[in-house]
Amino acid sequence: MFDVAIIGAGVVGCAVAYELSQYKLRAALIEKENDVAMGASRANTAIIHGGYDPATHTLMGRLNVEGMRRCFELCEELDVEHKKTGSWVVAFDATQRTTLEMLLEQGVANGCEGLKILEGDIVRSREPNLSDDIVAALWIPESGVLNPWEFTLAMAEVAVRNGVTFMPNTKVCGLTWRQDHYEIKSHTIRSALNMSEDSSFQQEYHRETDIIAIRAHYVINAAGVGSDLIHNMVAPPAFEIVPTRGEYFLLDGTAVDHLVGSVVFPCPTRAGKGVTVSPTVHGDFLIGPNSEVVADREDTAVTGGALRDIAQKAHRVVPSLNVRTSIRNFAGVRANSTYGDFFIEKSATNFIDLAAIKSPGLTCAPAIARVAREMLQKDGLLKEKRDDWRGGRRIIRFKEIPEEERDAFVRENPLYGRVICRCETITEGEIIASMKREIPPVSIDGIKRRTGTGMGRCQGGFCGPRVMEILARESGRDPLSIEEDGCGSTILIGRTKDPRSREVSSE
Amino acid sequence: MKEYVCIICPRGCHLAVDEENDYAVTGNGCLRGAAYGREEAMHPTRIVTSSVRVRSRIHPRCPVKTDKAIAKSDIMKAMLLLDDVELSPPVRRGDVVIASLFGGEANFIATRDIDE
Amino acid sequence: MHDEYELIVIGGGPAGLGAALSAREHGLERILVVERDVQLGGILNQCIHNGFGLHYFGEELTGPEYAARLIDRLNGQAIDVLCDAMVLEIIPGENGHTLRLMSADCGYRTVGSQAIILAMGCRERTRGAIQIPGTRAAGIFTAGTAQRYVNIEGYMVGRRIIILGSGDIGLIMARRMVLEGATVVACVEIMPYPGGLTRNIVQCLQDFDIPLYLSHTITRIEGKQRVEKVIVQEVDDRFHPIDGTDIAFDVDTVLLSVGLIPENELSRAAGVEIDSKTSGPIVYENGETSVPGIFACGNVLHVHDLVDFVTTESEGAGKAAAEYVLRRIDVLEKRIYEKVSHDDVNLQSPSYDDPQKVACEAEHARASHDDVERSALIDDLSKKLVQGRSYCLSIVRDETISYTVPQRIRVQRVDKQVSVFFRVKNPQKMPKCIVFRDGERIVASFRRPYMMPGEMERVTLTREQLDDVCGNELLISVEEIR
Repeated sequence: MFDVAIIGAGVVGCAVAYELSQYKLRAALIEKENDVAMGASRANTAIIHGGYDPATHTLMGRLNVEGMRRCFELCEELDVEHKKTGSWVVAFDATQRTTLEMLLEQGVANGCEGLKILEGDIVRSREPNLSDDIVAALWIPESGVLNPWEFTLAMAEVAVRNGVTFMPNTKVCGLTWRQDHYEIKSHTIRSALNMSEDSSFQQEYHRETDIIAIRAHYVINAAGVGSDLIHNMVAPPAFEIVPTRGEYFLLDGTAVDHLVGSVVFPCPTRAGKGVTVSPTVHGDFLIGPNSEVVADREDTAVTGGALRDIAQKAHRVVPSLNVRTSIRNFAGVRANSTYGDFFIEKSATNFIDLAAIKSPGLTCAPAIARVAREMLQKDGLLKEKRDDWRGGRRIIRFKEIPEEERDAFVRENPLYGRVICRCETITEGEIIASMKREIPPVSIDGIKRRTGTGMGRCQGGFCGPRVMEILARESGRDPLSIEEDGCGSTILIGRTKDPRSREVSSE
Repeated sequence: MKEYVCIICPRGCHLAVDEENDYAVTGNGCLRGAAYGREEAMHPTRIVTSSVRVRSRIHPRCPVKTDKAIAKSDIMKAMLLLDDVELSPPVRRGDVVIASLFGGEANFIATRDIDE
Repeated sequence: MHDEYELIVIGGGPAGLGAALSAREHGLERILVVERDVQLGGILNQCIHNGFGLHYFGEELTGPEYAARLIDRLNGQAIDVLCDAMVLEIIPGENGHTLRLMSADCGYRTVGSQAIILAMGCRERTRGAIQIPGTRAAGIFTAGTAQRYVNIEGYMVGRRIIILGSGDIGLIMARRMVLEGATVVACVEIMPYPGGLTRNIVQCLQDFDIPLYLSHTITRIEGKQRVEKVIVQEVDDRFHPIDGTDIAFDVDTVLLSVGLIPENELSRAAGVEIDSKTSGPIVYENGETSVPGIFACGNVLHVHDLVDFVTTESEGAGKAAAEYVLRRIDVLEKRIYEKVSHDDVNLQSPSYDDPQKVACEAEHARASHDDVERSALIDDLSKKLVQGRSYCLSIVRDETISYTVPQRIRVQRVDKQVSVFFRVKNPQKMPKCIVFRDGERIVASFRRPYMMPGEMERVTLTREQLDDVCGNELLISVEEIR
């Protein structure tokens, strides 16, 4: 029996887990995928938003500045890659300039500091690649970029270190209130992880699905794009998720001239914040997203039309931008909803919705977690803080070791001297260290999210096979069982010189 | 009439070979093309390359090739024979892996050294 | 391993091996080859098919056999080899260069070298680079990655496969996958002509009845976790998909063979000037890059079709690097001497255009008794001269040629002749001429019965022809035969 079960290990669920782990209670973090940050938390614009954009009366408006400041603090505390770059909202004409003034006013009301509107020439003196057509821009100093999946993971790791139970591959399919607790029915997948060495070949992996019941006194719904479905299991429908897909380009930072040093937004419209051009913490550049309502909540396909549209819009802001330097396209599905704001409510007995968390949800997550904590406290939970709580987190990244210390460090730790990912200079030592932390990676992309392997120009072409070898070796798994990313995304289908690898129909 | 694209040089002449007429070749740009066309029509052969299992800590597979070209029609049959091969180090370049394929002169031989 | 070398070769594939061997043969004694894999041979190790070596060794070899011949030669030489190691940075210097390199065994080291040869090879273009719409399912491999899994590690990457792009590696992998028991449903090429060698089209596709769809491309990839289906469409002459031409293929795997890109991040960071057409360094007649003492050869310079040409090119770079190291001072002196005694009209150089002044400075340099000062003066003067336009011919091209290597020729450095590699932009099925002009005048002309973009061409210009050139530019183009 858990005291609290959090459904969904995205940034919101993990922020809540981090918060709760500081108290004496038994908490579970339930996730349908095989890792944390598998939904919108990993496919977004990776921005710590300043807080000028959401309307003041909304929850988004009230939580953004608090969340932003907390994000920066947490990134420091948890050694998450981030950069306080500041951001711009650019105006191309007098009407848009008026919008800037409105945004400035709204930002001040929301608690932003240091906002100012600068003339086009001054803006270009600081961001020389911006279009000559930009007449003015709003400068938001307190904002920046972060590594969103590492941020999510870091909070989850600390939570697990302090006793929170992480339950991956567990998909909630029913919630029933039983007098004093919820019975959470879930499908759990026993995935390819259990493959043993000797089963050298299998036509299809046995992926056994069991139904289990998890019991918890309190449930927190942080299910992202699925949050309305969870809500509807215990309460009358109150909102509906409108899955909204956003597509992106990642441009190779080594192939292009320095495009922008800070985040650049166009003037927001009713459709959203528009196509952004921003630097990433890894030295690349991200452009996107568009905004398209999709039927399937998991439809993260990229489309030719949207990519062309994004390229065109980004081009207007930074004319020298060239999408031929693209190293990756991806899409995320945001949990927009009919409600229009974050849906944070106690919707049923011992049930809190942290639902419909759309942009700026990543930035707001720590503030949302604070709100959730206070709601629990009001209900009499979380009476006692743990005195043995261990926070903080330090990651050794070879690239960050100062020049003069490298030789001694590598001599001491030879595995940090073997470069596995040559585009991003990620060493074997970093990969193995990532496998020894609280939530070990189970897939190639799991290692990518933790260390950065395969993020660069070759997109894992060179390092993929080596990462697979290390992952298999260190976890005692058969390489055939290793997945690219989610459950079922198997990479290899058999061995050569094995009659079973031959396609039957070719006989 | 059989048609081939000549591979002797990058020009890629489209050859027509008349089996009825003593394998006469047309469409060729040079004499070497004519010889190629005739050979392809009469008894096409290929070198076959693959890799086979090897009991090595470092190298799971050892590359092999046929040391002479074999009949094109025998390629898949030859491949299947390799399923049953497992070498033990040390392997030397040129070591015979399967001798006298289909009773002919061609052998599968190793194409690299594997020491351990 | 030492702290100082005469030459460090970055990359132990065919280019690096060829260059190191040639530099040794031309008299260098302290050479280091740095290879990132655990073994020498580079990509040849996974190219287990035959077809290598016909030009260079005069017999047909497989990739591992070709590599082994070079490695055997290397083993007999006093050349240091460091495998499983990465060069992280090149810091160019006036008097020799510095490298930062690292391996699990030797730690993080700083090593000096008089000359450097870049031989890092190339990488494959990925899905991200060509932006194929669709899901992010597993089962999408670059052909080379699949080749490593299948040939070296012994894994099958799929059962039903489609190949995008008709580059040579893709074609080779089509045959490999069929031989290993998979079905290859099609090879799809966006251009109206194949990208790979004709021999591979015939022996890898036609031999196995694999259809080749020219002017087609993949416009969607479907499948949640693993690829399940792809949609292929015909494209118009501007490469836009044509509505209503959809063909669906049920496949579990997509192999990409959509181009190779020289790996020049290290070079770029070292300040080596890069040609946007080849994505490789801009080089002079001897493979020297814009940074004196740094040379480039093989696929890091431009993508080759045949390893034999890589070997030849690398031997040239190795020789040039040896000359650079051994005769550095001599050559500089000689060049200056030649320069000042040469009463040719080309002596007008915008950056250094007064022959009297050159002569005077050269005299001053030679007269200096302090070795260090002398060498610095000569260096300085020589650099100014190298910058002088008249001293260096630029090869320019019209729209019929996609690139040339070298891009620049220092005529005085050409011994007897210089090879110029190039590719045509479009297929030339009828006999044509490759013409070099300075202005209107034809300097050299070469007849070719046919030319394909997929096949690298080579012509040779003689010193006499080069000496005849007026001006600083040599224009290369494909022309009708007159």
